[in-house]
Amino acid sequence: MCLAVPGRIVSIAEADGVPMAEVDFGGVRKDVCLQYVPDATAGEYVVVHVGFAIQVLDEESARQTLANFEKMGILEEEFGEVPR
Amino acid sequence: MKYLDEFGNPVLAKRLVEQIHAATTRPWAMMEVCGGQTHSIIRHGIDQLLPDGVEMIHGPGCPVCVTPLEIIDKALAIAAEPGVIFCSFGDMLRVPGSGQDLFGVKSAGGDVRVVYSPLDALKIARENPDRQVVFFGIGFETTAPANAMTVYQAKRLGVTNFSLLVSHVLVPPAIAAIMESPACRVQAFLAAGHVCSVMGIREYPPLAARYGVPIVVTGFEPLDILEGIRRTVVQLEAGRHDVENAYPRAVRDEGNPAAMAMLQDVFEVTDRTWRGIGMIPGSGWRLSSRYREFDAERRFAVTGIQTNESPLCRSGEVLQGLIKPHECAAFGKQCTPRNPLGATMVSAEGACAAYYAYRRLDLVQLS
Ligand code: SF4
Repeated sequence: MCLAVPGRIVSIAEADGVPMAEVDFGGVRKDVCLQYVPDATAGEYVVVHVGFAIQVLDEESARQTLANFEKMGILEEEFGEVPR
Repeated sequence: MKYLDEFGNPVLAKRLVEQIHAATTRPWAMMEVCGGQTHSIIRHGIDQLLPDGVEMIHGPGCPVCVTPLEIIDKALAIAAEPGVIFCSFGDMLRVPGSGQDLFGVKSAGGDVRVVYSPLDALKIARENPDRQVVFFGIGFETTAPANAMTVYQAKRLGVTNFSLLVSHVLVPPAIAAIMESPACRVQAFLAAGHVCSVMGIREYPPLAARYGVPIVVTGFEPLDILEGIRRTVVQLEAGRHDVENAYPRAVRDEGNPAAMAMLQDVFEVTDRTWRGIGMIPGSGWRLSSRYREFDAERRFAVTGIQTNESPLCRSGEVLQGLIKPHECAAFGKQCTPRNPLGATMVSAEGACAAYYAYRRLDLVQLS
């Protein structure tokens, strides 16, 4: 139950003084509380745990991580050794 | 967002595995703290791709597994009270108490309901003003903000028939306790990514320095885990013990300030007993004095609890990484997910349940 999953904010509305969103998890939609990510906007991805968004997913960091993985592999193929 | 799928990329995974092999010259033992990572490691067989001698020790980061037996027994007693609606995350229902489990209470007529979010429990309380509604608030720092916000809302909206049975646990004191144990073999930690999404990473540098262990904040996709392991091995080989964030797409160094402010308001640090491990000082949260009226333990004066753990179960040793699940004689015999003797066989994040789901047949062939 500690797992949090990424989902995309579809729409945002207030309920009982709290920002709530409809979030899409690959087709399944759920109500998610945005209290902890007050700047999140529709279309952004958030990490959701038990109905609460706990962080906005940083697309730039994700791209960078993947680019690093790719680079490591390419370096290895080009020089025949592994950078430590 | 195409990149989300790419974190399951097998070509990149293979490269990372090769990097780990190339970087490794000696045996190392590292612990993944989080049960979600344990599940992912066993499910994808990541531990079997590692160089000989690089061992993953499965840590105590399954909140269902470490919730103390006494609190489970209290939950059972409260759920059995007439007029109570007892709400819980689904995986708590099969956790064995001293006598039965929440399923047993439910089939005996108790109103036990599974909810997705604690806010659902608050909704049930507002719809049933003549009933007492209790939510079983367990979990690590990842779950605590949800429970904190729910109590905050209950107070703000004046919902007086709602209360929380709180048993929150905290990761950093558990890392310290593991390192202080004389039997400790852990040389490095993969820290739990989503715990750090909430709390940030500032609690870890003092631990890395004090115990001389690398701590690498790690995500949950196979690629994330491999990257966490790779960075850990590189540090160990170089004799370094730094805190690194290998999961920056979901973890900012400062954590989530809004969530931390709420936690500070609603909870306060307390000593907590971990099932199978024992008391760890300062390792839990309870409701702060401002919210104590929402404490189910106060509202329902449950007394006379005599805890009684199965004598066969070795989950304490499993949770401390001293044995692997299949080394317990009851594994897959007296103890299965349908009939669990210990909490580590219940939750998908429990090491015993993960081994049962993904390794049972291999293990039978081996023996
Ligand atoms: S296999 Fe069952 S009895 Fe053995 S340690 Fe795990 S939970 Fe306990």
